[in-house]
Amino acid sequence: MSRAAAGGAAPIWLTHALLPAVNLVVAFVISGLIIALIGEDPFEALNLLVVGAFGYPGAAGFTLYYATNFIFTGLAVAVAFHCGLFNIGGEGQAYVGGLGVGLVGLALTGWPFPIVLVVAIAAAALFGAAWAFIPAYLQAKRGSHIVITTIMFNFIAAALMTYLLVDVLIKPGQHSPESREFAANTWLPFIHEILAAVGIEIGTSPLNLTFVMALVCAVLVWGFVWHTRWGYEIRTVGQNQAAAVYAGISPSRNIILAMAISGGLAGMLGINEILGVHHRLLLDFTAGYGFVGIAVALMGRNHPVGILLAALLFGVLYQGGSEIAFEMPTVTRDMVVVIQGLVILFSGALEHLFRAPLLALFTGRGRARSAAE
Amino acid sequence: MTDSHTNASAAAASASPGAELALEVRHIDKRFGAVHANDDVSLAVAKGTIHGLVGENGAGKSTLMSIVYGYYQADGGEILIDGRPARIDGPEDAIARGIGMVHQHFMLVDTFTVLENVVLGAEGGALLAASFKSAKVELERLERDYSIEVDPEALVGELPVGLQQRVEILKALYRGADILILDEPTSVLTPQEADHLFRILRALKDQGKTVVLITHKLREIMALTDHVTVMRQGRVVANVETAATSREELAQMMVGHAVLLRVEKQPAEPGPVLLEVEHLSVVDHSGVQRVRDVSFHVRAGEIVGIAGVAGNGQSELLEALAGIQPIASGRIMVKGEDTATARTARSAKLMRKLGLGHVPEERHRMGLVIPFLAYESAILGHHDHPLYSGRVLMRRRAIMADVVRQMHDFDVRPADPQLLTSSLSGGNQQKLVLAREMERDPEILLVGQPTRGVDIGAIEFIHRRLIAMRDAGKAILLVSVELDEIMSLADRILVMFNGGIVEVTQGEATEQMLGLMMAGERVASADAGSVQAPS
Repeated sequence: MSRAAAGGAAPIWLTHALLPAVNLVVAFVISGLIIALIGEDPFEALNLLVVGAFGYPGAAGFTLYYATNFIFTGLAVAVAFHCGLFNIGGEGQAYVGGLGVGLVGLALTGWPFPIVLVVAIAAAALFGAAWAFIPAYLQAKRGSHIVITTIMFNFIAAALMTYLLVDVLIKPGQHSPESREFAANTWLPFIHEILAAVGIEIGTSPLNLTFVMALVCAVLVWGFVWHTRWGYEIRTVGQNQAAAVYAGISPSRNIILAMAISGGLAGMLGINEILGVHHRLLLDFTAGYGFVGIAVALMGRNHPVGILLAALLFGVLYQGGSEIAFEMPTVTRDMVVVIQGLVILFSGALEHLFRAPLLALFTGRGRARSAAE
Repeated sequence: MTDSHTNASAAAASASPGAELALEVRHIDKRFGAVHANDDVSLAVAKGTIHGLVGENGAGKSTLMSIVYGYYQADGGEILIDGRPARIDGPEDAIARGIGMVHQHFMLVDTFTVLENVVLGAEGGALLAASFKSAKVELERLERDYSIEVDPEALVGELPVGLQQRVEILKALYRGADILILDEPTSVLTPQEADHLFRILRALKDQGKTVVLITHKLREIMALTDHVTVMRQGRVVANVETAATSREELAQMMVGHAVLLRVEKQPAEPGPVLLEVEHLSVVDHSGVQRVRDVSFHVRAGEIVGIAGVAGNGQSELLEALAGIQPIASGRIMVKGEDTATARTARSAKLMRKLGLGHVPEERHRMGLVIPFLAYESAILGHHDHPLYSGRVLMRRRAIMADVVRQMHDFDVRPADPQLLTSSLSGGNQQKLVLAREMERDPEILLVGQPTRGVDIGAIEFIHRRLIAMRDAGKAILLVSVELDEIMSLADRILVMFNGGIVEVTQGEATEQMLGLMMAGERVASADAGSVQAPS
């Protein structure tokens, strides 16, 4: 508070709480208008969204399972962003991270589960980091723009995975491009299984141990970015490269470091999908989570707490959105994507649309009304 | 000061009768925060003349002309064009009233041809072909009248700088400029290109155009102008006919007699040489040689000042010494050891380890990270010091305690390390940088423009700290465009011009002589005793 007051800048509660909330409400209002336009009841849709996301056994589990993916990709975008880099390649890095997990799953049949877990995490992070390293190196040493190269690496990743699954890793005697199922010793326990073991019954869902890892990663990212000298160096490079050079901080080293961490975080998505849910390597398991991670990071202001909240919101949109599509025949799956798009539009691209009016409203006419929010 | 100012007003008034005035400004006043950039500025420019506007960096010349061209709005005063009061709210108003400006940094589109650049913003229709056709005819006329030869089909990015400048002039003339303002036009030109520019300007004058030339180079003023206005610290100090003055007099007026800030100090007691530079050359990333074969040394317990007009290689020299700019040739020796023989790359980190502190010239560009909290900016470059950082986590509490101590020690107000760096005033930001660099107790301190954009109180404080550091036996290299600062702080003075360095012996150096040397004048042989070429 004190820093906002002295700086004359927008108060932190306004930029970090009220503004995202207003953006979200506007996105929902417009979504509601669109739903009304195609002849459905927007309030009924909202009700379905909430019920679908939380209202029946297992629903919350699905929501959190989606959120797990968004936490990883959101954190990935945020770490790169703190170094001034726009990593659009989360999708490809997650895809390749999943490849690493898949190879571990195929190879470690019969090994003790803790070893499988550690090796799989290492493989996910390393494969994702390696996929981010190449664009990072090109940016740091050759000045190739990271946005362009990471986008292209998404396509390369897709082509690579298609080749591997169609020609190399496919289960013999099968038409669909998937690997064989991993041995059961490598599977991550589902949360409902863990809770059942201690006597708590919840509905079944794909939510698995990876959710806990995502929370741990959020804490680690927070500590790394704000409480280690490496995070300090990355932020310095991101904010002012001339000052970094002046301080003896190498921009190219930090660009590569930030991107490697970013790619490693994206790669962790592979743990959730491959080792947690599918138990086999398959095509397109990333399903756009990498791209949504950009919106999650933007909305979460590149801070782990914000990213957790934004990831939860997108988890609700994914899970509750499929409920709407299921219950309302006129609202197709594509309509749900439109709603998600509106949320991204207002909280990402147009995030400052209401900043000036809100600032005038609350700092111009006193703060008494802020309590009302 | 008061006397010369009243004289100046009288001169401004006396210049006007008889001659028809193209441009007149009356009592212009402009403040930027604490800085009074223009203080009751009046001047009159007669039609069909070349009018010089001289002064040191920060004297307010460019601010004044930016007001005339509509970039800034004056806080007070009025502008008259052709004798009529003019309201200029933006450059488009200025252009409409026949004012053209050629900036120090060109406003051209490199990938467009000369013709396209000239027409840009004055297309006069949706279809380009017609305007190009008429523009070409007009360009040919302009070229004929003023001998401004440029190939209209050439790509601007492929033209040498001198020709790009001609495109800027053509652009202004194409828009019907009768009054042409040039801001430091020769700063980027070779002497030959400058001569050609002067021929063009004379041709413009002969055709009845009015030219205002902003410069700090006295040679140009003497060679080209009819009248000259001298500014210092935001005020007009003289307004004279060029023929009635001399370079020496102008130099004296430019730097002023009254040195406002004399610092109490004992004579230096220099010790051993701590920093030695031998035949150093620096070439910038665009291939221009910025520092030319420079040699000098700084001893313990002395302040060596480098005077010079901005852009003569001081910045590059300072950054090369700090390990930021790579050096093209030569050696930098710290405490007798060549910094290049330590095979680790010569970096800012290495130079710090060798005992160098560096207060960079521009705190916003380099010295601070403006979006950071104050304590984060206060550890920049020292963030991996064991006091601040453990093996993994930074020692937040220790950092806070140390930064608070530094802030108190250097009187940074408010002394709150949790404030945003951007919320501190310029003077307090600068003190934060100085605290950071001086508290580590470096043996050699490189200081660039320590008081730029800093209020008077802070200036005094900073100067006292620098003297105290010298008295503690440290070697200080001070780069400043403020001649007053150099004169009052430095024990020895070097003047930098066009990448080269000339040493002046303190005591024999007068402001007037320094002013001439900074303007690239060879000081007459009568004064040669006081000027030594570097050995």
